Amino acid sequence: MTDFGAAISTAFSLVVYLDRDLSEVVLLSLKVSIIAVIIASIIGLPIGAALALYRFPGRTLFIVIVNAFMGLPPVVIGLVVYLLLSRAGPFGVFGLLFTPTAMIIAQVLLITPLIAALARQVMETLWLEYEEQLRSLGTTPLRALGALLWDGRYSLMTAVLAGFGRAIAEVGAVMIVGGNIDHVTRVMTTSIALEISKGNLALALGLGIILVVLSVLVNGLVFFLRGNNRQSVAP
Amino acid sequence: MILADAASILPLELKNVSLHTGQKRLIKDISCTLEAEDITVIIGPNGAGKSLLLRLCHGLLTPTSGSITWHGAAGRKPSLFQAMVFQRPVMLRRSVRANIDFALSLRKVPRHLRHDLIEEALQRAGLNRFAKTPALVLSFGEQQRLALARSWALRPQVLFLDEPTASIDPAATHVIEEVILAMQKEGTKIIMCTHDLGQARRLANEIMFIHRGRILEKSNAGTFFDGPKNDLAEAFLRGELLWWHRRELTPP
Repeated sequence: MTDFGAAISTAFSLVVYLDRDLSEVVLLSLKVSIIAVIIASIIGLPIGAALALYRFPGRTLFIVIVNAFMGLPPVVIGLVVYLLLSRAGPFGVFGLLFTPTAMIIAQVLLITPLIAALARQVMETLWLEYEEQLRSLGTTPLRALGALLWDGRYSLMTAVLAGFGRAIAEVGAVMIVGGNIDHVTRVMTTSIALEISKGNLALALGLGIILVVLSVLVNGLVFFLRGNNRQSVAP
Repeated sequence: MILADAASILPLELKNVSLHTGQKRLIKDISCTLEAEDITVIIGPNGAGKSLLLRLCHGLLTPTSGSITWHGAAGRKPSLFQAMVFQRPVMLRRSVRANIDFALSLRKVPRHLRHDLIEEALQRAGLNRFAKTPALVLSFGEQQRLALARSWALRPQVLFLDEPTASIDPAATHVIEEVILAMQKEGTKIIMCTHDLGQARRLANEIMFIHRGRILEKSNAGTFFDGPKNDLAEAFLRGELLWWHRRELTPP
């Protein structure tokens, strides 16, 4: 129990004194995960909607693959990205390994299938309702896709949030491709892992508490925005 | 693209149209011709194939065999001249105004023309004060009026209505019937199905009686209500349950 007491006071003092190292780590965490979520959403949401909308050969197989990739082990993604970006790898010339960019790439690969799969479920329900009406109005497939994404935007927020949650809490992939370099690629999860291995449990727990609080805050913020919008735009 | 003065795509001819799913034959060998300028009402018991027939004519379903021809289309795409109102109104998750605007944009109506069309349609359906309201918070009756207003704004040559007033109160039904009649007066061909015999009497110029996927009678509304030739249609008009006549209808 002493660990918990110490952890809470450590977390408290870290936040209160706005520790420079801490804020750097937190900001990098947010930056990497938010950019990754934006990119993954831009790719994943249309894929999800397209899977719900269009019928094409191999669609079922594609859906199975996307669903399977939802639960992909981060370490494996990390390893693959590591091999691709390493000096000897095909993209080695860009020198991206052990940079925040590499971490973003790994997280995008990690959460795009998650966002796409969740979006597909939301879109399929909506399409079931819309299909006849939109076809009657003479929609093109592309316009239908746009309408689904726009009208389902609040439900899709949940898919995006799930992606963000996975990205910010993820440690395996960013550790491998980022390398946990102080002031360069150190994020909250990798710091926690480091502090634990150093035996600095109070500090690790303190960081963990901040991470959890951040997650709750982001979710709360989105929930709040969604609630406000619902009153004006959707029931 | 306003189609008011374009040549009519009618008449519509169905030739030996059938629709099967698996072993079930839902529409059996229907042939008929629908002319312009009147209200055709399709009546018949549940599961007779009324909705399916509407969807086939509208092009939402493709017949298993037979052909559906718009003789006046002359190379134009007939679906652009039609609209449909469904039994359960499909509301986009947007404002009332945006619902109509979206339909107009799909039909490539230029932006500067949309405003007036939307205003007029809302006026007709008595929905002006809801223009900025999210469509989904409207009552069921108001939603159906919006669905009709959305179709009105498109100025279709042919309007299909699939039981538009099922589970709607008399006041809203009245508004909907008014709009239907106004549209017909402006030259829109109305093809609707209904369970409401009173409504059929009020609106129809022509009646098509359908039972178990076949047209049993197609005649002038006056003639039909005075005394249908078909015995099943007569029984239906008297309010009998056609279930008991099933056996007689089994094809030899």
